Amino acid sequence: MGVFRVLFKPFGQTTGLARWLLISGLLLTAMFVTFALFAPWIAPYGFAEEVPKKVAPPGDGFLMGTNDLWYDVWSRVVWGSRTAIEVVILAVILGLLVGVPMGLVSGYVGGWLDRILVLIMDALFAFPPLLLAIVFAFLFRDLIGGGVMAVALALAVIYVPQYFRVVRNTTLSAREATYVEAARAIGAPGHTIMGRYLFSNVIQSVPVIGTLNAADAIGTLAALGFIGLGIQPTDAAEWGFDLQRALDDTEAGLWWTGVFPGLAIVLLVTGLTLVGEGLNETINPTLRKRRLRRFALPPRRPAVEEEAAR
Amino acid sequence: MVSRAGSLPRYMLQRLLLVIPMLFILLTLVFLIMRVAPGDPVSATVGGQLREEELERRRAALGFDRPLIVQYLDYLGDVARLDFGTTITDDQPIMNIVKENGGATLTLTVAAFAVALFLGVVFGLIAGRFRDSAGDVVIRLLGIATYAAPVFYTGILVKMLFAGNLGWLPPNRATSGFTESDVDEHTHILLVDALWQGETEAVVDILEHLVLPAATLGIFICGIFVRLIRVNVLQTLQADYVEAARARGVRESKVMRSHAFRNALVPVVTIIGLQVALLLSGAVLTERTFEWPGIGSELVRYITLRDYTAVQGIITMFAVVVVVISILVDIVIAIIDPRVRY
Repeated sequence: MGVFRVLFKPFGQTTGLARWLLISGLLLTAMFVTFALFAPWIAPYGFAEEVPKKVAPPGDGFLMGTNDLWYDVWSRVVWGSRTAIEVVILAVILGLLVGVPMGLVSGYVGGWLDRILVLIMDALFAFPPLLLAIVFAFLFRDLIGGGVMAVALALAVIYVPQYFRVVRNTTLSAREATYVEAARAIGAPGHTIMGRYLFSNVIQSVPVIGTLNAADAIGTLAALGFIGLGIQPTDAAEWGFDLQRALDDTEAGLWWTGVFPGLAIVLLVTGLTLVGEGLNETINPTLRKRRLRRFALPPRRPAVEEEAAR
Repeated sequence: MVSRAGSLPRYMLQRLLLVIPMLFILLTLVFLIMRVAPGDPVSATVGGQLREEELERRRAALGFDRPLIVQYLDYLGDVARLDFGTTITDDQPIMNIVKENGGATLTLTVAAFAVALFLGVVFGLIAGRFRDSAGDVVIRLLGIATYAAPVFYTGILVKMLFAGNLGWLPPNRATSGFTESDVDEHTHILLVDALWQGETEAVVDILEHLVLPAATLGIFICGIFVRLIRVNVLQTLQADYVEAARARGVRESKVMRSHAFRNALVPVVTIIGLQVALLLSGAVLTERTFEWPGIGSELVRYITLRDYTAVQGIITMFAVVVVVISILVDIVIAIIDPRVRY
């Protein structure tokens, strides 16, 4: 329960615009999570189920029309949320599982291990994330097939350096705190200090990065699909793949095949970004603007008057 | 304490020496992923299409029958000489691809960067100055939306509207057919060649083709500039020197211009290095969207062909470019801002 209190504490402290943005973000995200969870009931057709009409415009039984593969666009959008959320959750969790312990150990132990890890992570961090994802997706496609897991792994790789950096830096500063020194003084072993004293400190910054990375991962997933490195269309519905197919439709005046899957990406990424930004504005003290009670100073009397009063 | 530790040449040297391990790690990583993990790149690329003897012959020709460590050292040596290998599928040196298609990518990225910088500065300053106003909210939402929209989605929408419905601009490619025949290639940057030769018609044609891709990529990148500049303005507005200026009775418009805004723009230089990475990623996707004949389009083409050495070569080349540019940016920052050197 303590975790929830920590997670929701910032929400109670938000005001005005920040709260509004946070709420709209949560609503948008919740909508797609609902799509993802209840896809079989919400979507009228399967994600790779052929419908009787090819490239039919929206309306007439097909809410968002159908595309050139005889698929129902609305169903693809709904099933696509399931794919996107599955991949992103997997990617963020995998990234956290690798990045957080590495950062913790590297920051706590220090020395040569730390230096080497920092060098490797910095090199990875400097590399354009999409290109890194391309390289890994290219490899995993051949090694384990172009499924959800392959793409999630490729995405996880690009977020590890971020978690590593943040966790390592927080660990470095928390390590010098008095209570850690006290724990060491009473003879707590390294893993206890890391697990009980440092971990809870370090984990506070993770929700913000986690949400922002999730937003980023949706875009990168779509990008991989767009250049043909994503999930195989028969495995799952994927918005980036749909956009790639829609590329040729634009000049033919078929707008619905591209507009709707793209809109889904924009809305989900916006939702997640708003949640992340909202959290950041409330957690980060340099940006925070808390509710302040107005306090009126008593009016100052002119000096002459004060003189007279004396 | 005055020491030489903070001198510019020393900083440059340190920064340059840091490149070596960084490049080394990146190259090793690329080599491990692209060469070692899949086994042998020839059968991974064209296996199943050719007979075993033919595969054997190609492996030998490309040197894949040698021990891995030899191949690795060879790869490092080649990259040091700016040789990024040869494609398997059509036997092209990667450096040729860079020469042929690099100009288009350069034109696109530079134009997009200019668009992004312009939009970022204008919107960022407005949003920061009028915090929480309607304008700020709209700009922030737009900033989030442009960042949220994958660059290829913006591209598709822009193409639909300006090339499809309105028919104002060409949707695809970098030129119309006539331009390519009119302009002799010298620099492989078509725009420069056309300007040099005074082919007005060709210049107009090239610019017309450039508008949509550059705007698309620029809009994609500008979100980060907007956010950064907005936050910087918010922070500088709270700074002591702004308060001091106000206390001295400096006019509010002047406080904004010379104290708040100017200082808010300085940190923008520092993220240009990071932006290069995003710009390159975005360029790959934008090129694919607009059939722009750049290196990114080639990369996607070779990905579809499963050409391991081509993908490896192009990615390596990108890695080198990113590292080199980030060094140059760091050095420029050090020259501008002496605090960095210490």
